[in-house]
Amino acid sequence: MLAFLTRRLATILPTLLFVTILIFGLQQLLPGDAAKVLAGEDQDPTVVEYLRKKMHLDEPFPVRYAYWLGGVLRGDLGESLRMQKPVTALIAEKLPVTIELAALAIVIALAIGIPAGIVSAIAKGTWWDYAANAVALWGLSTPNFWLGIMLILLFSVQLGWLPASGYVSPFEDLKANLAAMIMPAFVLGNAIAAVLMRHTRSAMLQVMSSDYVRTARAKGLDERVVILKHGLRNALTPIITLGALELGTLLSGAVLTEQVFTIPGFGKLIVDAVFNRDYAVVQGVVLFTATAYILLNLLADIAYFLVNPRLRDGYARA
Amino acid sequence: MTRRSSLLPLLFALLCACPLGAQTLRFGLAEDPDVLDPTLARTFVGRIVFAALCDKLFDIDEKLNIVPQLAESYSWSPDGKALTIKVRPGVTFHDGEKLDAAAVKYNIERHKNMAGSNRRGELSLVSTVDVVDPMTARLNLSAPFSPLLAQLADRAGMMVSPKAATAAGEKFGANPVCSGPYKFVERIAQDRIVLERYPNYWNKGQIFIDKITYLPIVDSTVRLANLKSGQLDIIERMAPSDVPGLKSDSRFKLAKVTEIGYQGITLNVGKSDMAKTTAIGKDPRVREAFELALDRDGIVQVALEGEGTVGNQWVAPDNPFYAKSMPVPKRDVAKAKALLAQAGVPNPVVNLMTPTTSDAQKIAQVVQAMVKEAGFDVKIQSTEFATSLNLADKGEFDAYVLAWSGRADPDGNIYSFDACKQPLNYAGYCKPEIDELLTKSRTASDMGERKKAYDQIAAVVLKDRPIVYLYHRHWLWAYNSKLSGLRTIPDGLVRVQGLKL
Repeated sequence: MLAFLTRRLATILPTLLFVTILIFGLQQLLPGDAAKVLAGEDQDPTVVEYLRKKMHLDEPFPVRYAYWLGGVLRGDLGESLRMQKPVTALIAEKLPVTIELAALAIVIALAIGIPAGIVSAIAKGTWWDYAANAVALWGLSTPNFWLGIMLILLFSVQLGWLPASGYVSPFEDLKANLAAMIMPAFVLGNAIAAVLMRHTRSAMLQVMSSDYVRTARAKGLDERVVILKHGLRNALTPIITLGALELGTLLSGAVLTEQVFTIPGFGKLIVDAVFNRDYAVVQGVVLFTATAYILLNLLADIAYFLVNPRLRDGYARA
Repeated sequence: MTRRSSLLPLLFALLCACPLGAQTLRFGLAEDPDVLDPTLARTFVGRIVFAALCDKLFDIDEKLNIVPQLAESYSWSPDGKALTIKVRPGVTFHDGEKLDAAAVKYNIERHKNMAGSNRRGELSLVSTVDVVDPMTARLNLSAPFSPLLAQLADRAGMMVSPKAATAAGEKFGANPVCSGPYKFVERIAQDRIVLERYPNYWNKGQIFIDKITYLPIVDSTVRLANLKSGQLDIIERMAPSDVPGLKSDSRFKLAKVTEIGYQGITLNVGKSDMAKTTAIGKDPRVREAFELALDRDGIVQVALEGEGTVGNQWVAPDNPFYAKSMPVPKRDVAKAKALLAQAGVPNPVVNLMTPTTSDAQKIAQVVQAMVKEAGFDVKIQSTEFATSLNLADKGEFDAYVLAWSGRADPDGNIYSFDACKQPLNYAGYCKPEIDELLTKSRTASDMGERKKAYDQIAAVVLKDRPIVYLYHRHWLWAYNSKLSGLRTIPDGLVRVQGLKL
């Protein structure tokens, strides 16, 4: 276990360093002059010059990178020049929103995707299967922003049941928070549910035709027990991996959905920052989500290691 | 019967008492404002919030007249080089500090000297500020500058608490302390800005709403949906295509006014060497043909569903500074063709750079179709805004679809665009005679004299065509019909004084 951990940790640091270079380097490829964009309508030359100095844009690339990396190592991700707020404060402000939205979306995706996948696998070739597949196809092919606007028109404008957009902190008003989050979470979860459904279906089909399932049936076990205990449990491993990956993607921000529902999360933060060439924000948020992603991956690997005896034995022998 | 009639007034009293609880105006903005520091601020949308947060020395009214706000009165010295301002007595900042002449001096100097100030250019001709007596300040100018009052009716005239500003330094925008009708409560970036009524506001008789929440909602469909579902009371910059649908709904009202800004197409006439190689850059006849091939009414119909006023100058036709001698030209394709033949280029190629907003895209497409009839071959280059700005600045374009949000004084709509080497002069236009006239138009204090200068400028510039002006859009507000007292000021900023819910 220790050998495994050391080996994994040893790869993380260079990966992170590479990520910082990549983030910083790619950012430089953005066309346009950040100082000019931030200078606003009037384009006052002294303001442009001032901003350029402040962002170290007058220095060569390695020097700028060193300035930034030095800050990062001290825990300082810089300051948003547009909003005049430290990037760390912005991340702290948006992170709970993004986490909540991502968690709700995954819960919805699991709640729809897995049962639908099971049903279509068990009832393969029946109308149930076709219906579940049709729903999945719809979920995959419906653009998020379109579905979002349609939901707003139906539930907010026509029926008046839910707020059209915006965000309320759950600590302020849990009911209002859920009312505001349900539509965006559904829009995001809907698309993921479709992917999960397809994977659950194929994993279940494979497992259900295996020998141990046939044995279980031969033993005269209740069909429900066969499906849920012998079938689903074994089919779940790839689904959990997929769910974790989707969660990681959601944490980096759901750009269009956040835009439509005006949810102040990472997606909106980063898109606005790119358009306003607010470099420190783009770099800070991307670095944060990349680190989170890498750490989540590490956790998943550790979980595998604990769950899968074959992996464990492999390391013990080495 | 008698009993019932005695109950009725009581019932009415109860009904009327209901809305007296804390009232909040929920205001949907089209963008998220930038930093809330009047000295550093640079976006149009931020000015909408400032209208409730920070009072200014002057304000403008519906007819663009300058009216005093924090200034009680003012007078110009005979040589036009000193503006004496009597400060309104009894005004306090949100931290309780008093507004006096020393505070005015502090603020003007802050605007002029703070690192990164966006106001420095607006106040460049103000050399010093004297405190004449505790409530009288004098702004000394290095040269006469008649647009100064208009500048002081915008961010350059906003007064912040010297004590709070000194203490906060460049972080002032995170917790602004001004003297407007509402004080700052909190801001969650990209989510909301909350202001609450300042009880000691000097003009509190005009303030009826307790709280204002500004919510930036970028998508116009979602902004409207929020209004319709009751989450917002008012939205700004409604999409013109939504106007017909809202007109038939009695729960909502619509207000509009022609903007002080404009939409135009900037032509590269000398920004870079590229201008010497393109037909449209080097030959004024080609530019004239381009303008003659345009049907402005058609453009307004397509791009704005008719919600705009056609125009051909940097100010709208109803503006007192509009040069009547140069009316909007009628479309004349035959003449355009003849001009192109004369210039020897029957089918000039024009690369039209356009930002990716849907308005700009529509304009580009309809312009492309219109000028094609005269023989132009327009190629549309959709370019992300920041990139397009960069290309424009380097002069790497033929034509550029560009809008200006406008300033109350005409100087703010033309000087930086047409005077040599100015930052917004993307066309690369430069003529000493025009520079002279532009200087004259800003130094003359007499309205008639200024107007004459602008007429002369129009006669030349509108023939040289560094910018082909297309229209002035309508500012469109949609609001709950319970809201009353909305004033339509051409700068597009909602004054909160007099608003009732």
